Amino acid sequence: MRKITYLEAIREAMSQIMRKNSDVYIIGEDIAEYGGAFGVTVGMYEEFGKERIRNTPISEAAIVGVGIGSALTGMRPIVEIMFSDFITIAMEQIINQAAKIRYMFGGKGKVPLVIRTAGGGGTGAAEQHSQSLEGLVTHIPGLKVVMPSCPYDAKGLLIASINDNNPVIFIEHKLLYKNKKYIEDVPEEIYEIKLGSADIKRKGTDISIVATSLMVQKSIEVAQILEEEKNIKCEVIDLRTLRPLDIDTVLNSVKKTGRLLCVEEACSFGGFMGEVSAQVAEKGFDWLDAPIVRVAGRNCPVPYSLVLEQEMIPSVERIERGILNFFK
Amino acid sequence: MKKDVNKKSKYIDINGYKIEDKFKDLNKNIKIEILKKMYQIRHFEYQTEQFIIRGKIHGTCHLYTGEEATAVGSIYAIRSNDYIASTHRGHGHCISKGADLNIMMAELLGKKTGYCKGKGGSMHIADLGTSNLGANGVVGGGLGIATGAALTCKLRKNGRIVVCFFGEGAANRGIFHETINLASIWSLPVIYLCENNVYAMSTPKKEAFNIKRISDRRASYGIEGLTIDGNNLIEVFNTVSHFAGECRAGRGPVLIESLTYRWGGHSKSDAQVYRSKEEVKSWMKKDPIVQYKKVLMREGVLIEKEDEELEKEVEEQLKEAAEFAKESPFPDKSEVEEDVYA
Repeated sequence: MRKITYLEAIREAMSQIMRKNSDVYIIGEDIAEYGGAFGVTVGMYEEFGKERIRNTPISEAAIVGVGIGSALTGMRPIVEIMFSDFITIAMEQIINQAAKIRYMFGGKGKVPLVIRTAGGGGTGAAEQHSQSLEGLVTHIPGLKVVMPSCPYDAKGLLIASINDNNPVIFIEHKLLYKNKKYIEDVPEEIYEIKLGSADIKRKGTDISIVATSLMVQKSIEVAQILEEEKNIKCEVIDLRTLRPLDIDTVLNSVKKTGRLLCVEEACSFGGFMGEVSAQVAEKGFDWLDAPIVRVAGRNCPVPYSLVLEQEMIPSVERIERGILNFFK
Repeated sequence: MKKDVNKKSKYIDINGYKIEDKFKDLNKNIKIEILKKMYQIRHFEYQTEQFIIRGKIHGTCHLYTGEEATAVGSIYAIRSNDYIASTHRGHGHCISKGADLNIMMAELLGKKTGYCKGKGGSMHIADLGTSNLGANGVVGGGLGIATGAALTCKLRKNGRIVVCFFGEGAANRGIFHETINLASIWSLPVIYLCENNVYAMSTPKKEAFNIKRISDRRASYGIEGLTIDGNNLIEVFNTVSHFAGECRAGRGPVLIESLTYRWGGHSKSDAQVYRSKEEVKSWMKKDPIVQYKKVLMREGVLIEKEDEELEKEVEEQLKEAAEFAKESPFPDKSEVEEDVYA
């Protein structure tokens, strides 16, 4: 094994599957020689050629639409939408077509489509290039939604997503792509992580922290600090896939700790952690020793100025305060 | 659109395109089968109307009556394993492609035996076994699917092509522009067949477009395109045959505008205040079935008695389909969350 970045893990997953399965191709904007806006497909055009690393004009609705039609007729396309903000332009295709086809056709046909997209803020890209829109898609039956937090998961979850027979929205985080802080051992061979399996990233007995994507990394950081400084043992649960949701792993943790803090980068209002909170309240109320608390994005767009952006997005300090409030 | 009367010439001129008269070469049985399909569509829609009047249709339906030549002519011009993507007004396309009338009718009544097990209704009938990628409730909803299917054909080099049906209303959706542009830059084997039936719900074509011919939009994409008489089965057949060949040779896509007319309202709840009875009558005089029958009779392929028998046979089929649909069970409540995921 060797240590690689999140971005390299994603690229490796796609390259390895594409070598094995000629039905898989990638379609998106600036993904050929340029290698994609964040460099995820760098070098793939040279290996797989322009038919399978299919560069497109700026036409998100058509890119997703074409992905759907080719998936319905037997291919396994990977669509790259440059920024997750731009899935809004393809939303008709995602919600009315991809998510509905199997059900509205009475269980006939399948749409093995992966839409990979870069979400999240912290890059100063401001309101229209920084959003966390997972809540828009987790609401739709028929879609699966995946948000990896580390290189090992990114590879295994992406391979599972490509092999899945349903449309999967695979949301990557811009700040995870190249950050050397998050490199880790990733097996060189092909492996899958089952969609719908959460992962306990750090064991603990005092409080359960449920998070996704970059917020998992921030939560782990806080857990380390609090264990060293205050002897508070946090259990950090990475949902990995939001839909299907592995609520059992969350409930089992809450049963042990009696406390639940949900952390998400998206605005709290109507956000996905509201669903997690509701399910824990419904199914695990008796185990809770305190009200469920959410630390989430502030209820405004992601602003530009660094000072404001850091205020909007949950910080290590904000997560730490959220935990300490349980132990006052 | 003057036809070449010289019997030796294999070619006819349609909108400036020199197109081979392939209809001439069809054998008698196929020519009669085509008429039968047109009757099936017409009588399927009569039966559907009856069910609507009697309150048997829970949702809505968009009838294809009056447009039969476009669906049948184009689908008989392609191969059985070529794909089609249909529209909310999709009964005609489904029947032409070979869908089973009983199973279709059962779907309209929301029955378990229907194409979608009662989950889709009229607007979502898909018959993947006949390479029918489905009707679609969203105007322009088939454009992405069809273009993607064409990409599959190209990547797999399987020699198949796609006919993408859509109404003229869909030509003003953004996906029209995005997908045709993609198909053009990648030379995808897809025939974009715009069924211009004059109205997008209530809005007439002349209020929604500032161009005379929707096929003029071909120029924006650098592709071939033309406007044809969509009520003339032979013209539809020959045009689509020609461009199916072009698509198979890697010279696609094409934009065909097929001029036709919706005899009925937009859906079951349309009082049709936006058009006159005279206008409707004038189009009914151009009945595509009557026109086609006349050609067959002139050719000596069909005599009146055979025609009557054929129509009677279709009427019987529709009675049977209606019975099948009525007798079929509704889905069980327990099925409601099934089929969300594969």
